[in-house]
Amino acid sequence: MRTTLTVAAAIALTAGIASAAPVRIASEGAYPPYNLVNDSGELDGFDIDVGNEICERAELECVWVKNDWDSILPNLKSSNYDAIMAGMSITEERQQEIQFSQNYFPPAASAYAAMDAEANVGDGAVVAAQTATIQAAHVAESGATLLEFATPDETVSAVRNGEADAVFADKDFLEPVVVESNGEFSWVGEDVPLGGGIGVGIRQSDNELREKMDAAIDSMKEDGTLNGLIQKWFAEGAMYFGPDGEAVAEADATITPVE
Amino acid sequence: MFAYCADPKALEGLAWLSCYLTSGTHLLFYASFGTVLFLLAVTAPIALLFGFGGALASRSHFAPLRWFGKIYTSMVRGVPDVVFFMFVPIALDQLFEYLRSRVSCDTSVPVRQGNDFIVCEAAKLPRAASPEWVHDSYGMFLAVLAFSIVFGAFAANVLYGAMNAVPRAQLETAEAYGMTRRQVNRRVLIPQMWSYAVPGLSNLWMILIKATPLLFLLGVEDIVYWARELGGSKTSAFTYPHPDWRLYYFLAILVFYLLMTWASERVLSRVRRRLSLGQATMGGETLRKAGA
Repeated sequence: MRTTLTVAAAIALTAGIASAAPVRIASEGAYPPYNLVNDSGELDGFDIDVGNEICERAELECVWVKNDWDSILPNLKSSNYDAIMAGMSITEERQQEIQFSQNYFPPAASAYAAMDAEANVGDGAVVAAQTATIQAAHVAESGATLLEFATPDETVSAVRNGEADAVFADKDFLEPVVVESNGEFSWVGEDVPLGGGIGVGIRQSDNELREKMDAAIDSMKEDGTLNGLIQKWFAEGAMYFGPDGEAVAEADATITPVE
Repeated sequence: MFAYCADPKALEGLAWLSCYLTSGTHLLFYASFGTVLFLLAVTAPIALLFGFGGALASRSHFAPLRWFGKIYTSMVRGVPDVVFFMFVPIALDQLFEYLRSRVSCDTSVPVRQGNDFIVCEAAKLPRAASPEWVHDSYGMFLAVLAFSIVFGAFAANVLYGAMNAVPRAQLETAEAYGMTRRQVNRRVLIPQMWSYAVPGLSNLWMILIKATPLLFLLGVEDIVYWARELGGSKTSAFTYPHPDWRLYYFLAILVFYLLMTWASERVLSRVRRRLSLGQATMGGETLRKAGA
């Protein structure tokens, strides 16, 4: 009886503060350094740091939700959460379904990695990429056979066990994989610039949230905090935001280091 | 967990392993075994109930009820599980929210705005301001419901077949004693059909045990999700970097599944034995001879 009363009281209380509903942000937690599950089992990474900073500046109360990549768009459209920050590139295809804030990570290079630096990644090759990503779309157009996987980690394993000739993914994701593989992996060919940078995914009807987030991202670009977060999470050679919001190298960017 | 785990990079060997295996993510991994067992314990009886209802509906003499039973079993069995789990929980969730919005929202605002499904704050399920455990339990509730609908349809077909397998002579005898249709069902048909249903139901149970990875589509983290997450190679961005260790994690899960199947087999064979007693089947006949 007592527990029933406590639960009833809790429901009554939560109903009372409904006016200040928190913004729920979804992330995948499987794409370091963008988003990952840290050793205490919580979401962590560049997306999460940027999101928390945005919420602080826009004076929003934010809650993080872990969601599978496959169902991340339908759940947003169905209002099960209010925003996606999961290293999601701004593409025309996605813009038909949802809208994006301005980018909080500049258009990044994607790259091929393989066990053999001379590997063929064009016609006749088998290339692994994550399902429903711009990289998968690019491989499908390149003439190579696309091998899709549900998680980024599996694409790398597919190359290790010989299932695929190469993996195609964001260079920032592959960077630590290649560097820490003791020469097992190497880059193949040139980097490929893809997409319009990474933005916050928001429902098309939710212009209010987009405006708040855009304003917060603006102020983070201006004072160099966003560049500071990029420096914190990404390896050398990452792209930064210049004074006009364009992509520039580290040397030309104003960087305010963060903890 | 332990005091010496403060700086894992300096540790080696067993000390490192003991810290690694008690990290926050590993504790969540161990807890997910409980999630799976809980889900099975809740889903199995509800699915059986759905199946029972479906089977009785399919046999009904009242045509609309019979159509409902037939449509339910054939439709759900025809849709791939993954598609079903992508679609049904979201559709159910939208249905609940739509119904609530008709009561507690301004009904002149459409719930479909372009691509988006939006209801007012008061009709949200669960409310955005609710604590995280409410969201988690709601996800779990949708998971149980979706699993029950899918496995209920399969169970309905098994039970339907089992009901038809009960020898006609048994039912005729009951009718000859002047029992009504309901009495025949309750006293003769249902007690006897179980011995025909158990082999099929035990198959379903085994499949259900292994179907839990579908849970992550609904945001519920089960053992396979954690094994993939923890076993995947970890770069130095993590506290405990290691290469691809999925093989070991999946081996651990394999042992768990084997134990589950072994235990289920033992229980089910006892149930089968018990149900065969006094039945006009080969199993019942063997038992009778052994007793004599």
